[in-house]
Parts: sequence; structure tokens; C-alpha cells
Amino acid sequence: MVSDIKKEFLQNKENKIIKGNEAAAYAAKSSRVQVISAYPITPQTTVVEKLSEFVDQGLMPGTQYIKVESEHSVMASMVGASMTGTRTFTATSGQGLFYMNEMLHWVAGTRLPIVMAIASRGPAPPWNIWADFTDVLSQRDTGWITSFCATHQEIYDEILMSYKVCEDHDILLPKFVAYGGFILSHTSKPIIIEEQALVDEYLPPLPDEKGWPHIFIDPERPMMFGNLIMPSGFYYEFRMKIHETMMRAKEKIMIAAKQFERMFGRNYGNGLIQNYKMDDADVAMLIYGDLAFQMEEAVDQVREEGYKIGMVKLRHFRPFPVEEIIEIAKKVQVLGVMDRGTAFGSPTGGPISSEVKTALHNTEKTAKILPMISGLGGREVTIDQQKDQLKILIKMNETGELPKDLLYGTLWHGKLEVK
Amino acid sequence: MENWRLNKMVTIKQALDDEVACNEWFLPGNSCCAGCGLEIALRWAMKALGPNTVLVTPASCLNVVIGLWPKTAPNFPFTNMAFAAGASAATGISEALKAKAYRFPGKNWEKITTLVFAGDGGTTDIGIQALSGAAERNSNIIYTCYDNEAYMNTGIQRSSSTPHGAKTTTTTLGKERYKKNLPAIMAAHEIPYVATCSISEPLDIYKKYKKAKTIEGCKYIHILAPCPPGWNYPSEDTVEIARLAVKTGVWPLYEIENGILRMHKKSHPLLDPSKRKPLIDYLSRQKRFAGMSEQSLIELQQNIDNDWKMLASRLHAQES
Ligand SMILES: Cc1ncc(C[n+]2csc(CCOP(=O)(O)OP(=O)(O)O)c2C)c(N)n1
Ligand code: SF4
Ligand SMILES: [Mg+2]
Repeated sequence: MVSDIKKEFLQNKENKIIKGNEAAAYAAKSSRVQVISAYPITPQTTVVEKLSEFVDQGLMPGTQYIKVESEHSVMASMVGASMTGTRTFTATSGQGLFYMNEMLHWVAGTRLPIVMAIASRGPAPPWNIWADFTDVLSQRDTGWITSFCATHQEIYDEILMSYKVCEDHDILLPKFVAYGGFILSHTSKPIIIEEQALVDEYLPPLPDEKGWPHIFIDPERPMMFGNLIMPSGFYYEFRMKIHETMMRAKEKIMIAAKQFERMFGRNYGNGLIQNYKMDDADVAMLIYGDLAFQMEEAVDQVREEGYKIGMVKLRHFRPFPVEEIIEIAKKVQVLGVMDRGTAFGSPTGGPISSEVKTALHNTEKTAKILPMISGLGGREVTIDQQKDQLKILIKMNETGELPKDLLYGTLWHGKLEVK
Repeated sequence: MENWRLNKMVTIKQALDDEVACNEWFLPGNSCCAGCGLEIALRWAMKALGPNTVLVTPASCLNVVIGLWPKTAPNFPFTNMAFAAGASAATGISEALKAKAYRFPGKNWEKITTLVFAGDGGTTDIGIQALSGAAERNSNIIYTCYDNEAYMNTGIQRSSSTPHGAKTTTTTLGKERYKKNLPAIMAAHEIPYVATCSISEPLDIYKKYKKAKTIEGCKYIHILAPCPPGWNYPSEDTVEIARLAVKTGVWPLYEIENGILRMHKKSHPLLDPSKRKPLIDYLSRQKRFAGMSEQSLIELQQNIDNDWKMLASRLHAQES
């Protein structure tokens, strides 16, 4: 017997059972991107393959697809294409992202609204191709808005929301849309591909003939871009503006999420974070990416045992949702912060937990924070393990004591026992 | 658009009958050193291409001599670019122009010329991967290497385009290895157009850019552009030194159009080694070669002769 939802799903031709990577490609198609440039890397490859298929089959008329020889060239050609006044898209993973680093700074400095999907993987050596957000998190200071997706559908949805935020003339910043390699990139789920007319209505129009307001390539209006500027010039102020804009983008992200919900009926919290069973929670876990999706199940199961536990899904890392995190930390007694990524030598060793601690600095009466790390390099994290993680937090709340076995204050959960 | 006009350019007008070429697009007041070869190269390339051109320049002297913000000498769209990214950024622009032409038909967006002006470092070293990629894809750009045979921007360090024997701040005893033959490497990519130029032959620069502008695909033009501080000679000698580079056979002028090699009329006779001026005439004018050993000189001469042999055999194969 087929349930109503399934029936509805099966009847609608635009709904598909596809991989996370394909969802990213469909989002680029729905967004009518005009220039794509990409270089293959596991686990991103099927994004570029799917887009090739679309372009070759004439499903993206007018779209230029540049098959470059490296990721540095990916981002350089994206810069050229975006400066010329076109909507652009690309995707990469781990090593490819690192190879782009110089150009990532270039993009933000040029204030170009380039959107890039990242099927995150662990940095080598040793070679690793599985979920680990160290790749995107290590690009922290490049000036890109940064978000995580927890589900296949969210990949598609988040890319649409990204163009809405990035191309806003008050913002004009680039954005990473990251999701766990293999866990989301290579598994299949039913995904709703929205009707083109609705997407067109939701998204800003493609850049007009004049291009972006601040930068253009137009012989009628010759413009010099990027020449040397003395320390007494506006360099400092340009940099300050990027930060100021990034902070202002919070509001735009919230608006984009709200409008998205109104248009398509899917809720992503306030856009920056999404709470799960937080209303009565006195213990909570802050978590991001695909681990958050599975954590919902763990929360449900632990709740069945009578514990008031909740979860906060971090959707945006840049801009960092400081106010939201303060509010949560004031509400609960214990807050675990789970990283799937590393920041060696930082206050906690985890990129996000270090940020959370910074965000709470100078705020009184906040929850005890337990920095946690799990799932590095795609190490499997089971629901049972996640339940165990939640129970560690619950015990911390009950006893008022930190768990043993911390490494400089951080719990590295699910590691192999080394004899 | 108000353009600078040179008052006494009657000769250019007469020679070329080209209104655009009478204009200056890379304006006076830029901060090139006196006697800069690069400036001559860019001025003449732009005379041929005109202002419907966008120029991409990776890190190099040209990044600086265009003027410090907010001053700017190029009177056409100009984009500074990361060191390795000249060819790739230009590809992005030319592809985006196609996308724009699709969306706004009849507005001639596709007619804009995408030009790269990169130094020898930005071309033969750090940028060679992106350039090779653009060539293999046959991106619709004109890529220029203005060759001053070292990293001048950062203070005269060796590049792979520095010739054998030349002293730089990182080859204090003279470079041991040889100049990388980038025009040959580009020709091996079988792109539609490869050419060499010297700033001593401005009309040749003009003609080659005029031609390149009409060709669809990846065009590569390599211009020898002497540099007084880098090569250590008096600034008034720039043109003379470039001329000697041609006459001694150090720098052969040619073009390879759709695989067909044609020598420039000043270089063609030099296929016969006896027609070449002695190498020492060129070297002795520049202090970067001062103190070069006899052995080094012989090796450099052999290196140059080998390049000519390659050209001769290519011509020979074409004729038979
Ligand atoms: C990635 C990177 N590495 C190094 C530099 C420093 N750098 C700037 S220009 C330059 C040399 C440029 O040499 P060339 O391309 O020959 O141009 P020229 O200055 O000689 O005209 C170097 C090494 C840089 N800007 N970026
Ligand atoms: S250093 Fe050489 S190439 Fe650079 S501006 Fe001066 S003369 Fe021209
Ligand atoms: Mg140089």
C-alpha cells in the first residue's frame, strides 16, 4: 500500500529520488546559472557530471560550462565570469577547496556573489575522501558566507536561498554550501525539485545587462579593478565593510528562509539555526551537517527515556549566529557542541566549539559547554553513539561534573582504543 | 569618451589609416620606468585592438605601473588578477560574454576582445598551467606574454624565461639553465595563432594584434620587452637593444597561423647563420651579461642556434 505522501510524490514528475550531489546540480539548473566552471574531485564528481549532462542535453540553454584544468582556475574563471555580470556556480571538495584558497579571498574582496557547493571531505594525508568539515571550516576567514546542509532536500533548498542572499545588492558576497561527502553526496533520497516558475519568482532576476552595481566589464563604462592601494587608501575600510556586510547578511538569511517557507512550505528555523525539541529542553546538543539529521532520531529515543533533551542545528557558520547561541546557552544547563572537523591548537580543538565559547564570552549565567568531536574523516557515527553522546551531557547536568577522558577539555568521541 | 591624442602621430595615421591607432589607450602619466619595453608593447597592442577590449593582468610590473589607486592609466576595462590566474580569469570573462550575448542578443557582447597581458613569470612559470588549460580548451582570448626575462616587480629574480648567462638577484653568477621556449610550447598546443614580437617593430605588433583579433579561439603573442633596470643598460637604449635581439637572432620574429610558420621579413634572412650579427653585440650592451665566461657564451650561442634549427626544419617540412 502506498501512503498519500508517497502517492503525491510519485505522481509529480519533478520529484526525484536522487543523490545529494544531483540535488546540488538540480539547484544550479533551477537557479538558471549562466556560467559553470568545475574540476572533478571525489566526492563532488557527480555534481559536475550531472551538470555536463544538463548542458549537453540542452536543458540549460545559454549556459557556458568551462571545464578547466585545476581548482585554482575554477575559481579564477568564476571571478572573470561573475565580474562580467553573470550568475555562476561551481562545486568542489577538500583538496580542491584548499587549492582554490588564493582565489577564495579574491572572490570576497571583489564582492562577487558566487555560490559553491562543497561535498566535504577530510584533508590528506593520509588520503581521505569521507565526510569531515575541516575543508570548509579551514576557509573561515576568506569572507565567504558558509552554511551546512543536513539533508538531501536542504542541499537543493539552500542553494536557492544562497542566490537570494548573495545577489542581494546590499550583500554581494560569495557562499559555501557544505554537506558531508558520501553521506549526503552519494546516497539517494526523494527530493522535490520545485516548479521553475516558482523558483523564478523566489530568486532575484538574473543580473541585467549592466551587471552588478559595483563591478562590471563594459567598454562603454571602462573600469579599473583591483590596482595597488596604499595603506592610506581605502583598503582598511574595504575590509571592514566585508565584515559589516557579513554581519548584516544575518537578517537577509532570515528573510530568505522565511520567504522560502512561505513559497515552498519547508521550514529551516530562522535560517541561521534550527531548533529541534528545544522548548522544554534543559540539556542540548549543538551540531551541524548530516550528523544533525541523524541526531534528531537519537534525541527522540533519549526523550522516550524521559529526558528533556533538545538539539540545535547550526545552519550558518559565517555569519556566526551569536545572539541565537547566547539565547540557547542561557536557556539550557548543559550544551554539547559537536564538531565533525578540527582546528588544531584552537581553544577546544573543534572549530565550532571554539566559536561557541568565544560567542559566550562576557555573557553571564550560561550553560556549561562540552566541546565534542566525532566522525572525523567519515568515521561512522551510529545512533547508539549519538545517544551515548547525549547521555554524557545528561550525566554532566545531573552530577555537575565534567566527563573523564577529555583531551584538553574536549571529548573526542568514538575513537579507536590504542593499546 | 575623451581620449588622449598624440599631436605628432601623422606618421601612424599615414602608415595605418586607422583612427583608433592614432589614439592612446594606455595613457601617459603611468608609472613605467623611463625606457620601459612593456609600455611600448601595451600601447601598440591597444592601438590595434582599440577600446572594445577588456584586459586581465596577473601580478607583475604592469599591476603597478597602471597607477596607484585611485589613479589609473588604462582607458579601457582593466582587471588586476592573481599571479597564476591570467588565462583562467580571462576564460571566465570570455565565456561570460558568450552567456551575456545569449541573454542580450544583438548587443555585440561577444565582440569584446578579452586580452591578457602577463609577464614572463606569470606566463612561463606560475601561470603556465592555466595558460596550457586555456590553450587546450581553445578559449577565445588573446594571451600576451611581455617578456622582460625576469621577475621585475619583485626585484629582478630569475624566471624560466631568463636567458643563459644573465645575472639576476637569484642568479648572482649568471643563470646556468636556458630560456624556456614558450612560443614553441604554445605552438605544440596547436592553437590557431602563435606569434613573437619585439618592441623594436611596433608596426609588426600592430599587425599581429589586428590579425589575432579576427581569429576565434586561443591566440598567443610573446613580445620581447627590454627593461632598463632589470637588464642594466641606459634607458634610452631600449629600442636599440630590442632591435639587436632581432638582428643577432636572439629573438626570432615569426607567426604560426593554423600550424603554418611564417618568418618576419627581418628574421627570415637570419635562417642563414652568417647573416646574424654577432651575439656579443647584443650581450655587451647589457650589464646583466657582464663577466660571462667564454664557455657560457658558446653555450648560449648553441642554444640560440638550436632554436633556429627547429624553425628551419619546420619551414622545410612545410615546403616539402
Ligand atoms: C601567488 C603569488 N606568488 C608570488 C607573488 C609575488 N610576485 C608578484 S609579481 C612577481 C613577479 C612577476 O614577474 P613577471 O611575471 O615576469 O612580471 P614582471 O614583474 O617582470 O613584469 C612575483 C613573484 C604573487 N603576487 N603571487
Ligand atoms: S622594471 Fe622594467 S618592466 Fe618594470 S616598469 Fe620598469 S622598465 Fe618596465
Ligand atoms: Mg618579467
